[in-house]
Amino acid sequence: MAKGILGRKVGMTRIFDENGAAVPVTAIEAGPCVVVQKKLREKDGYNAIQLGFGSKPEHKVTKPVRGHFRRAGVSPVRFLREIRVDDPDKYELGQTVNVDIFQEGEFVDVTGRTIGKGFSGVVKRWNFQRGPMSHGSMYHRRVGSLGATDPQRVFKGRKLPGRLGAERVTIKRLKVMKVDPDKNLILVKGSVPGTRGSLLTIKESAKKG
Amino acid sequence: MNLIDIVEKSQLKQGIPDFGPGDNVRVHVKVIEGGRERTQVFDGIVLGRKGRGATETFTVRKLSSGIGVERTFPVHSPNIEKIEVIREGRVRRAKLYYLRERVGKAARVREKRREEQG
Repeated sequence: MAKGILGRKVGMTRIFDENGAAVPVTAIEAGPCVVVQKKLREKDGYNAIQLGFGSKPEHKVTKPVRGHFRRAGVSPVRFLREIRVDDPDKYELGQTVNVDIFQEGEFVDVTGRTIGKGFSGVVKRWNFQRGPMSHGSMYHRRVGSLGATDPQRVFKGRKLPGRLGAERVTIKRLKVMKVDPDKNLILVKGSVPGTRGSLLTIKESAKKG
Repeated sequence: MNLIDIVEKSQLKQGIPDFGPGDNVRVHVKVIEGGRERTQVFDGIVLGRKGRGATETFTVRKLSSGIGVERTFPVHSPNIEKIEVIREGRVRRAKLYYLRERVGKAARVREKRREEQG
């Protein structure tokens, strides 16, 4: 994995390809990002760059973090995320990373936080079948059996109601449909996690071919 | 202008006639058959328009040998060569789904009168 950028989800629309077919796309406002820190194998045990995205007023940054930014010689940013790279020497502290690192037709992996669904039942959370809603049925969307009686306990990992969503998800191999460096926009085919405006990490796809 | 509009702007087509539910239209669609491109015509009554911007679509209904046929087209699709408005209908709702249950005389739509056109 060699390159990546941070962005903000703008929303979905569709574009028409050269055959006139409608392609669903997600627009992402990506970059400009700055390199805030370099992690080196000799020092940190792995190679990565820390990217910053967005802006944050100076007075809202704590003193220790302010020092972190000063070392890189950049103004404070809202989001910091690490991207693993093979060759951190290619990057310099304070360097700007723009969307033009990606080209049309490339494949990317997009990571984000999914929309939180709150405390959800098993029908929504685990795709259980529901019972009949009428004809005297009183068994609508219930959990059902929790297992056999013999162990006298419920096994760990049983699918039950609970918190759903708001988790980190990576969507792999999304095709880059268009890149607009002037507006810092990138269009990828298909949907990505999160609400509009949420932070996304776009990386070169780990899968080949 | 928000960013989605900027993305969509490049997708929008110019010179689309003003048409709406109740209008009779003739849609010229490009069809690729065995590597050859030709134009197919679909004419019927517009049941309604749906969505906005680049995702806007419209549904056209016609009777083909006694069987109702509906096709939904994206308004801004490059495969649509031309949309001709043949007759403007006077209707009182945005979606004419009630036409599906009607045939013959009951499925008529009154024509828009001249004076009403602004």
